[in-house]
Amino acid sequence: MPVDLDPTPKFTAYAHPGRLVSTEWLQEHLGTPGLVVVESDEDVLLYETGHIPGAVKIDWHTDLNDPVERDFVGSAAFAAVLGAKGISRDTTVVIYGDKSNWWAAYALWVFTLFGHDDVRLLDGGRDKWVAEERGLTRDKPVITPAEYPIIERNDAPIRAFREDVLAHFGNPLIDVRSTEEYTGERTHMPAYPEEGALRGGHIPSAASVPWARAAAPDATFRTRPELDAIYRDEAGLSDGDSVIAYCRIGERSSHTWFVLTHLLGFEGVRNYDGSWTEWGNAVHVPITMGTEPGTAPQPR
Amino acid sequence: MTATELPPKLAEIRDDFLELEESDRLLLLLEFADELPTLPPRYADHPDLLERVVECQSPVFMFVEVDDDSAVHLYATAPRESPTTRGFASILSQGLDGLSRQEVLDVPDDYPNTIGLTKAVSPLRIRGMTAMLARTKRRLREGAA
Repeated sequence: MPVDLDPTPKFTAYAHPGRLVSTEWLQEHLGTPGLVVVESDEDVLLYETGHIPGAVKIDWHTDLNDPVERDFVGSAAFAAVLGAKGISRDTTVVIYGDKSNWWAAYALWVFTLFGHDDVRLLDGGRDKWVAEERGLTRDKPVITPAEYPIIERNDAPIRAFREDVLAHFGNPLIDVRSTEEYTGERTHMPAYPEEGALRGGHIPSAASVPWARAAAPDATFRTRPELDAIYRDEAGLSDGDSVIAYCRIGERSSHTWFVLTHLLGFEGVRNYDGSWTEWGNAVHVPITMGTEPGTAPQPR
Repeated sequence: MTATELPPKLAEIRDDFLELEESDRLLLLLEFADELPTLPPRYADHPDLLERVVECQSPVFMFVEVDDDSAVHLYATAPRESPTTRGFASILSQGLDGLSRQEVLDVPDDYPNTIGLTKAVSPLRIRGMTAMLARTKRRLREGAA
Protein backbone atom coordinates (compact mmCIF):
# COMPACT_ATOMS: atom_id res chain seq x y z
CA MET A 1 0.00 0.00 0.00
CA PRO A 2 1.89 3.09 -1.18
CA VAL A 3 2.10 6.05 1.15
CA ASP A 4 0.24 9.10 -0.21
CA LEU A 5 2.00 11.47 -2.58
CA ASP A 6 3.38 14.88 -1.74
CA PRO A 7 1.10 17.52 -3.32
CA THR A 8 3.79 20.27 -3.27
CA PRO A 9 2.93 22.57 -6.23
CA LYS A 10 6.53 22.71 -7.52
CA PHE A 11 6.46 18.95 -8.12
CA THR A 12 3.29 18.96 -10.23
CA ALA A 13 5.20 20.50 -13.14
CA TYR A 14 7.54 17.51 -13.27
CA ALA A 15 6.81 14.49 -15.44
CA HIS A 16 6.59 12.12 -12.46
CA PRO A 17 5.70 14.24 -9.40
CA GLY A 18 5.43 11.12 -7.27
CA ARG A 19 9.19 10.64 -7.36
CA LEU A 20 9.87 13.55 -5.01
CA VAL A 21 8.89 14.46 -1.49
CA SER A 22 9.58 17.70 0.35
CA THR A 23 11.23 18.01 3.74
CA GLU A 24 7.87 19.16 5.18
CA TRP A 25 6.12 16.11 3.82
CA LEU A 26 8.77 13.79 5.15
CA GLN A 27 8.69 15.27 8.63
CA GLU A 28 4.91 14.85 8.75
CA HIS A 29 5.11 11.28 7.47
CA LEU A 30 7.96 9.93 9.61
CA GLY A 31 6.80 6.72 11.23
CA THR A 32 4.03 6.05 8.71
CA PRO A 33 3.56 2.31 8.24
CA GLY A 34 4.82 1.19 4.85
CA LEU A 35 7.39 3.99 4.62
CA VAL A 36 11.13 3.41 5.02
CA VAL A 37 13.54 6.35 4.87
CA VAL A 38 17.01 5.56 3.54
CA GLU A 39 20.14 7.70 3.83
CA SER A 40 22.77 7.19 1.14
CA ASP A 41 25.92 9.34 1.24
CA GLU A 42 29.32 9.60 -0.27
CA ASP A 43 30.89 9.46 3.20
CA VAL A 44 30.27 6.05 4.75
CA LEU A 45 30.24 7.51 8.27
CA LEU A 46 28.05 10.56 7.76
CA TYR A 47 24.89 8.65 8.69
CA GLU A 48 26.43 7.67 12.02
CA THR A 49 27.13 11.32 12.89
CA GLY A 50 23.37 11.88 12.88
CA HIS A 51 20.51 10.93 10.59
CA ILE A 52 16.81 11.59 10.16
CA PRO A 53 15.01 9.79 13.02
CA GLY A 54 14.14 6.26 11.99
CA ALA A 55 16.15 6.38 8.76
CA VAL A 56 18.25 3.36 7.77
CA LYS A 57 21.51 3.53 5.90
CA ILE A 58 22.41 1.99 2.55
CA ASP A 59 25.97 2.56 1.42
CA TRP A 60 26.68 2.66 -2.31
CA HIS A 61 30.00 0.96 -1.88
CA THR A 62 29.56 -1.67 0.79
CA ASP A 63 25.87 -2.48 0.15
CA LEU A 64 25.23 -1.92 -3.56
CA ASN A 65 28.51 -2.80 -5.27
CA ASP A 66 29.67 -6.37 -5.68
CA PRO A 67 32.80 -6.83 -3.56
CA VAL A 68 34.63 -8.80 -6.25
CA GLU A 69 33.40 -8.00 -9.74
CA ARG A 70 33.02 -4.46 -10.99
CA ASP A 71 29.27 -4.61 -10.98
CA PHE A 72 26.28 -4.08 -8.77
CA VAL A 73 25.16 -6.68 -6.30
CA GLY A 74 23.15 -9.60 -7.60
CA SER A 75 19.58 -10.50 -6.81
CA ALA A 76 20.22 -12.45 -3.62
CA ALA A 77 22.51 -9.82 -2.11
CA PHE A 78 20.10 -7.03 -2.97
CA ALA A 79 17.22 -8.93 -1.38
CA ALA A 80 19.32 -9.56 1.73
CA VAL A 81 20.33 -5.89 2.08
CA LEU A 82 16.79 -4.58 1.65
CA GLY A 83 15.23 -7.23 3.87
CA ALA A 84 17.70 -6.41 6.63
CA LYS A 85 16.69 -2.75 6.39
CA GLY A 86 13.04 -3.62 6.81
CA ILE A 87 12.11 -2.98 3.18
CA SER A 88 9.55 -5.18 1.41
CA ARG A 89 8.69 -5.15 -2.25
CA ASP A 90 5.69 -2.88 -1.64
CA THR A 91 7.43 -0.48 0.76
CA THR A 92 7.47 3.20 -0.11
CA VAL A 93 11.16 4.14 0.03
CA VAL A 94 12.33 7.73 0.37
CA ILE A 95 16.06 8.19 -0.18
CA TYR A 96 18.07 11.23 0.81
CA GLY A 97 21.77 11.99 0.97
CA ASP A 98 24.60 14.48 0.90
CA LYS A 99 25.87 16.52 -2.03
CA SER A 100 22.50 17.41 -3.57
CA ASN A 101 21.36 13.80 -3.44
CA TRP A 102 24.08 12.69 -5.79
CA TRP A 103 24.53 9.32 -4.05
CA ALA A 104 20.86 9.08 -3.17
CA ALA A 105 20.06 9.28 -6.88
CA TYR A 106 22.60 6.55 -7.51
CA ALA A 107 20.90 4.33 -4.93
CA LEU A 108 17.51 5.09 -6.46
CA TRP A 109 18.83 4.10 -9.86
CA VAL A 110 20.09 0.78 -8.48
CA PHE A 111 16.69 0.19 -6.82
CA THR A 112 15.21 0.76 -10.29
CA LEU A 113 17.49 -1.89 -11.80
CA PHE A 114 15.63 -4.29 -9.54
CA GLY A 115 12.28 -2.79 -10.43
CA HIS A 116 11.43 -1.48 -6.97
CA ASP A 117 8.22 0.35 -7.71
CA ASP A 118 7.79 3.12 -5.18
CA VAL A 119 11.13 4.79 -4.58
CA ARG A 120 11.37 8.57 -4.17
CA LEU A 121 13.97 11.22 -3.41
CA LEU A 122 13.81 13.85 -0.70
CA ASP A 123 14.07 17.15 -2.60
CA GLY A 124 17.08 18.99 -1.16
CA GLY A 125 18.42 15.87 0.53
CA ARG A 126 20.36 15.88 3.74
CA ASP A 127 21.61 19.45 3.31
CA LYS A 128 18.15 20.97 3.22
CA TRP A 129 16.93 18.90 6.15
CA VAL A 130 19.92 20.08 8.19
CA ALA A 131 19.63 23.69 7.03
CA GLU A 132 16.01 23.74 8.18
CA GLU A 133 17.07 22.35 11.56
CA ARG A 134 14.59 19.52 11.37
CA GLY A 135 16.68 17.41 13.67
CA LEU A 136 19.05 14.49 13.39
CA THR A 137 19.67 11.66 15.82
CA ARG A 138 22.38 9.13 16.49
CA ASP A 139 19.81 6.66 17.84
CA LYS A 140 19.82 3.40 15.97
CA PRO A 141 16.45 2.81 14.31
CA VAL A 142 14.45 -0.16 15.46
CA ILE A 143 14.20 -2.33 12.36
CA THR A 144 11.81 -5.19 11.82
CA PRO A 145 13.51 -7.27 9.14
CA ALA A 146 11.33 -7.92 6.10
CA GLU A 147 11.20 -10.52 3.37
CA TYR A 148 12.40 -9.01 0.13
CA PRO A 149 11.89 -11.34 -2.83
CA ILE A 150 14.75 -12.43 -5.06
CA ILE A 151 14.21 -10.28 -8.15
CA GLU A 152 16.24 -10.62 -11.30
CA ARG A 153 18.16 -7.43 -12.00
CA ASN A 154 17.04 -5.98 -15.31
CA ASP A 155 19.84 -3.81 -16.67
CA ALA A 156 18.73 -3.29 -20.25
CA PRO A 157 16.12 -0.54 -19.89
CA ILE A 158 18.20 1.96 -17.90
CA ARG A 159 21.80 0.80 -18.00
CA ALA A 160 24.20 1.09 -20.94
CA PHE A 161 27.40 -0.87 -21.42
CA ARG A 162 30.31 0.09 -23.62
CA GLU A 163 28.94 -1.81 -26.62
CA ASP A 164 25.63 -0.01 -26.20
CA VAL A 165 27.39 3.35 -26.36
CA LEU A 166 29.26 2.38 -29.52
CA ALA A 167 25.96 1.34 -31.10
CA HIS A 168 24.27 4.53 -29.89
CA PHE A 169 26.31 7.02 -31.95
CA GLY A 170 24.05 9.41 -33.78
CA ASN A 171 21.78 9.66 -30.73
CA PRO A 172 22.28 12.14 -27.87
CA LEU A 173 24.93 11.56 -25.23
CA ILE A 174 25.22 13.74 -22.14
CA ASP A 175 28.54 14.09 -20.35
CA VAL A 176 27.80 15.28 -16.82
CA ARG A 177 31.37 15.71 -15.58
CA SER A 178 33.15 18.98 -14.89
CA THR A 179 34.36 21.07 -17.81
CA GLU A 180 38.00 20.15 -17.10
CA GLU A 181 37.18 16.48 -17.33
CA TYR A 182 35.14 16.99 -20.51
CA THR A 183 37.88 18.84 -22.35
CA GLY A 184 40.50 16.32 -21.28
CA GLU A 185 42.43 18.76 -19.15
CA ARG A 186 42.06 16.29 -16.30
CA THR A 187 40.78 12.74 -15.90
CA HIS A 188 39.21 13.03 -12.47
CA MET A 189 37.04 15.46 -10.56
CA PRO A 190 38.63 18.66 -9.32
CA ALA A 191 39.87 18.02 -5.76
CA TYR A 192 39.24 14.30 -6.07
CA PRO A 193 41.82 11.55 -6.32
CA GLU A 194 43.12 10.40 -9.65
CA GLU A 195 41.22 7.20 -10.27
CA GLY A 196 43.22 5.92 -13.10
CA ALA A 197 41.93 6.85 -16.54
CA LEU A 198 44.71 6.68 -19.10
CA ARG A 199 43.12 9.08 -21.57
CA GLY A 200 41.29 12.37 -21.09
CA GLY A 201 38.48 13.89 -23.10
CA HIS A 202 34.90 12.88 -23.85
CA ILE A 203 32.90 10.46 -25.95
CA PRO A 204 32.51 12.05 -29.41
CA SER A 205 29.28 14.04 -29.90
CA ALA A 206 28.45 14.11 -26.15
CA ALA A 207 27.01 17.41 -24.93
CA SER A 208 28.56 18.81 -21.78
CA VAL A 209 25.98 19.42 -19.05
CA PRO A 210 27.62 19.19 -15.61
CA TRP A 211 25.20 17.35 -13.32
CA ALA A 212 25.10 20.03 -10.63
CA ARG A 213 23.42 22.48 -13.00
CA ALA A 214 20.22 20.58 -12.24
CA ALA A 215 20.54 21.44 -8.56
CA ALA A 216 19.72 24.77 -6.93
CA PRO A 217 22.01 26.23 -4.24
CA ASP A 218 19.80 24.73 -1.51
CA ALA A 219 20.36 21.25 -3.05
CA THR A 220 16.78 20.97 -4.35
CA PHE A 221 16.12 20.22 -8.00
CA ARG A 222 15.70 23.20 -10.27
CA THR A 223 12.18 23.96 -11.43
CA ARG A 224 10.70 22.43 -14.54
CA PRO A 225 11.17 25.58 -16.68
CA GLU A 226 14.80 25.88 -15.57
CA LEU A 227 15.48 22.24 -16.38
CA ASP A 228 13.77 22.53 -19.77
CA ALA A 229 16.00 25.51 -20.58
CA ILE A 230 19.14 23.53 -19.74
CA TYR A 231 18.39 20.15 -21.30
CA ARG A 232 16.01 21.00 -24.16
CA ASP A 233 17.04 24.49 -25.25
CA GLU A 234 20.76 24.31 -24.51
CA ALA A 235 21.67 20.64 -24.83
CA GLY A 236 19.16 20.16 -27.66
CA LEU A 237 17.23 17.18 -26.34
CA SER A 238 13.72 16.69 -27.65
CA ASP A 239 10.84 14.29 -27.05
CA GLY A 240 11.44 10.81 -28.35
CA ASP A 241 15.21 11.05 -28.02
CA SER A 242 17.08 8.05 -26.75
CA VAL A 243 19.67 9.42 -24.33
CA ILE A 244 22.73 7.97 -22.61
CA ALA A 245 24.34 9.86 -19.73
CA TYR A 246 27.75 9.16 -18.27
CA CYS A 247 30.30 10.58 -15.85
CA ARG A 248 33.26 8.95 -14.12
CA ILE A 249 31.78 5.86 -12.46
CA GLY A 250 28.06 6.45 -13.01
CA GLU A 251 27.20 8.24 -9.78
CA ARG A 252 26.80 11.81 -11.00
CA SER A 253 25.07 10.60 -14.14
CA SER A 254 22.49 8.82 -11.95
CA HIS A 255 21.48 12.28 -10.79
CA THR A 256 21.08 13.39 -14.41
CA TRP A 257 19.30 10.13 -15.23
CA PHE A 258 16.78 10.97 -12.51
CA VAL A 259 16.29 14.47 -13.87
CA LEU A 260 15.80 13.35 -17.47
CA THR A 261 13.60 10.38 -16.62
CA HIS A 262 11.44 11.50 -13.74
CA LEU A 263 11.47 15.28 -13.88
CA LEU A 264 11.51 15.85 -17.66
CA GLY A 265 9.81 12.62 -18.73
CA PHE A 266 12.27 11.29 -21.31
CA GLU A 267 11.76 7.60 -21.90
CA GLY A 268 14.47 5.00 -22.19
CA VAL A 269 17.26 7.13 -20.73
CA ARG A 270 20.24 4.95 -19.88
CA ASN A 271 23.13 5.50 -17.51
CA TYR A 272 26.51 4.30 -18.76
CA ASP A 273 27.99 3.46 -15.36
CA GLY A 274 31.26 2.17 -16.78
CA SER A 275 31.69 5.81 -17.70
CA TRP A 276 35.05 7.47 -18.03
CA THR A 277 36.95 5.04 -15.82
CA GLU A 278 36.12 2.43 -18.46
CA TRP A 279 36.05 4.51 -21.66
CA GLY A 280 39.24 6.41 -20.81
CA ASN A 281 41.07 3.10 -20.42
CA ALA A 282 39.46 1.15 -23.26
CA VAL A 283 41.41 0.19 -26.36
CA HIS A 284 39.99 1.15 -29.76
CA VAL A 285 37.24 3.56 -28.74
CA PRO A 286 36.97 7.09 -30.16
CA ILE A 287 37.68 10.13 -27.96
CA THR A 288 37.29 13.84 -28.59
CA MET A 289 39.28 16.46 -26.70
CA GLY A 290 38.48 20.11 -26.18
CA THR A 291 35.30 22.07 -25.65
CA GLU A 292 33.46 21.02 -28.84
CA PRO A 293 31.33 17.85 -28.77
CA GLY A 294 32.83 16.56 -32.00
CA THR A 295 31.16 14.47 -34.67
CA ALA A 296 29.46 11.18 -33.94
CA PRO A 297 31.33 8.26 -35.50
CA GLN A 298 29.43 5.57 -37.37
CA PRO A 299 27.64 3.36 -34.89
CA ARG A 300 29.19 -0.07 -34.56
CA MET B 1 59.03 -5.09 10.58
CA THR B 2 56.37 -7.48 11.84
CA ALA B 3 53.01 -6.41 13.08
CA THR B 4 54.02 -7.02 16.69
CA GLU B 5 56.68 -4.33 16.40
CA LEU B 6 54.16 -1.64 15.68
CA PRO B 7 54.41 1.38 17.96
CA PRO B 8 52.27 0.59 21.03
CA LYS B 9 49.59 3.20 20.41
CA LEU B 10 49.05 2.12 16.78
CA ALA B 11 48.94 -1.51 17.88
CA GLU B 12 46.40 -0.65 20.55
CA ILE B 13 44.19 1.17 18.05
CA ARG B 14 44.38 -1.76 15.66
CA ASP B 15 43.51 -4.25 18.40
CA ASP B 16 40.60 -2.10 19.57
CA PHE B 17 39.13 -2.22 16.08
CA LEU B 18 39.78 -5.92 15.53
CA GLU B 19 38.11 -6.84 18.82
CA LEU B 20 34.84 -5.38 17.62
CA GLU B 21 32.19 -6.83 15.37
CA GLU B 22 32.34 -5.47 11.83
CA SER B 23 29.32 -3.21 12.34
CA ASP B 24 30.66 -1.71 15.58
CA ARG B 25 33.95 -0.75 14.00
CA LEU B 26 32.30 2.16 12.24
CA LEU B 27 31.15 3.44 15.61
CA LEU B 28 34.70 3.36 16.91
CA LEU B 29 35.79 5.24 13.81
CA LEU B 30 33.06 7.76 14.61
CA GLU B 31 34.53 8.16 18.10
CA PHE B 32 37.88 8.94 16.55
CA ALA B 33 36.21 11.42 14.19
CA ASP B 34 34.55 13.12 17.15
CA GLU B 35 37.86 13.25 19.00
CA LEU B 36 39.88 14.94 16.26
CA PRO B 37 41.24 17.89 18.20
CA THR B 38 40.85 21.40 16.92
CA LEU B 39 44.00 22.84 15.47
CA PRO B 40 46.48 24.60 17.75
CA PRO B 41 46.03 28.37 17.35
CA ARG B 42 49.28 28.72 15.44
CA TYR B 43 47.75 26.68 12.60
CA ALA B 44 44.14 27.67 13.05
CA ASP B 45 45.19 31.28 12.55
CA HIS B 46 47.42 30.41 9.62
CA PRO B 47 45.58 27.99 7.37
CA ASP B 48 48.19 28.73 4.71
CA LEU B 49 50.65 26.60 6.68
CA LEU B 50 48.54 23.51 6.29
CA GLU B 51 49.02 21.21 3.38
CA ARG B 52 46.13 19.71 1.47
CA VAL B 53 46.24 15.94 0.95
CA VAL B 54 44.92 15.84 -2.59
CA GLU B 55 44.71 12.06 -2.72
CA CYS B 56 41.87 12.12 -0.21
CA GLN B 57 38.32 12.23 -1.43
CA SER B 58 37.25 15.02 0.88
CA PRO B 59 39.20 18.10 1.83
CA VAL B 60 41.73 17.39 4.54
CA PHE B 61 44.54 19.64 5.57
CA MET B 62 47.42 18.53 7.75
CA PHE B 63 50.67 19.65 9.23
CA VAL B 64 53.55 17.52 10.51
CA GLU B 65 55.76 18.93 13.22
CA VAL B 66 58.87 17.69 15.05
CA ASP B 67 59.27 19.35 18.45
CA ASP B 68 62.42 20.19 20.42
CA ASP B 69 62.47 16.69 21.92
CA SER B 70 62.45 15.17 18.41
CA ALA B 71 58.89 13.96 18.88
CA VAL B 72 56.54 13.97 15.88
CA HIS B 73 53.11 15.58 16.05
CA LEU B 74 50.47 15.47 13.35
CA TYR B 75 47.73 18.10 13.18
CA ALA B 76 44.85 17.82 10.77
CA THR B 77 41.49 19.32 9.98
CA ALA B 78 38.60 18.16 7.84
CA PRO B 79 34.98 19.29 7.61
CA ARG B 80 32.23 17.89 9.83
CA GLU B 81 30.56 16.55 6.68
CA SER B 82 33.55 14.26 6.10
CA PRO B 83 33.61 12.16 9.26
CA THR B 84 35.45 9.24 7.66
CA THR B 85 38.34 11.50 6.77
CA ARG B 86 38.25 13.05 10.23
CA GLY B 87 38.38 9.57 11.75
CA PHE B 88 41.37 8.56 9.65
CA ALA B 89 43.22 11.74 10.54
CA SER B 90 42.41 11.27 14.20
CA ILE B 91 43.75 7.69 14.23
CA LEU B 92 47.02 8.80 12.71
CA SER B 93 47.26 11.90 14.84
CA GLN B 94 46.83 9.87 18.04
CA GLY B 95 48.77 6.84 16.84
CA LEU B 96 51.84 8.71 15.67
CA ASP B 97 51.96 11.38 18.34
CA GLY B 98 55.24 11.49 20.23
CA LEU B 99 57.06 8.97 18.04
CA SER B 100 60.49 9.72 16.66
CA ARG B 101 60.96 10.57 13.01
CA GLN B 102 62.42 7.12 12.34
CA GLU B 103 59.63 5.34 14.20
CA VAL B 104 57.08 7.05 11.99
CA LEU B 105 59.03 6.19 8.85
CA ASP B 106 59.09 2.56 10.01
CA VAL B 107 55.32 2.28 10.33
CA PRO B 108 54.21 -0.18 7.64
CA ASP B 109 52.63 1.59 4.69
CA ASP B 110 49.74 -0.85 4.78
CA TYR B 111 48.83 -0.13 8.40
CA PRO B 112 45.45 1.32 7.29
CA ASN B 113 44.60 -2.02 5.69
CA THR B 114 45.33 -3.96 8.87
CA ILE B 115 42.91 -2.37 11.31
CA GLY B 116 39.82 -4.23 10.16
CA LEU B 117 38.11 -1.41 8.32
CA THR B 118 38.52 -2.40 4.68
CA LYS B 119 35.21 -4.22 4.64
CA ALA B 120 33.23 -1.75 6.73
CA VAL B 121 34.55 1.30 4.93
CA SER B 122 35.57 -0.20 1.54
CA PRO B 123 39.11 -0.56 0.20
CA LEU B 124 38.70 2.50 -2.04
CA ARG B 125 38.01 4.75 0.92
CA ILE B 126 40.83 3.28 3.00
CA ARG B 127 43.15 4.69 0.36
CA GLY B 128 42.50 8.11 1.84
CA MET B 129 44.17 7.06 5.07
CA THR B 130 47.03 5.39 3.23
CA ALA B 131 47.59 8.68 1.40
CA MET B 132 47.66 10.60 4.68
CA LEU B 133 50.25 8.25 6.15
CA ALA B 134 52.35 8.48 3.00
CA ARG B 135 52.11 12.26 3.06
CA THR B 136 53.24 12.33 6.69
CA LYS B 137 56.27 10.22 5.89
CA ARG B 138 57.12 12.28 2.85
CA ARG B 139 57.10 15.45 4.93
CA LEU B 140 59.45 13.85 7.42
CA ARG B 141 61.77 12.58 4.70
CA GLU B 142 61.87 15.98 3.07
CA GLY B 143 62.88 17.31 6.45
CA ALA B 144 60.34 20.08 6.08
CA ALA B 145 58.79 19.26 9.40
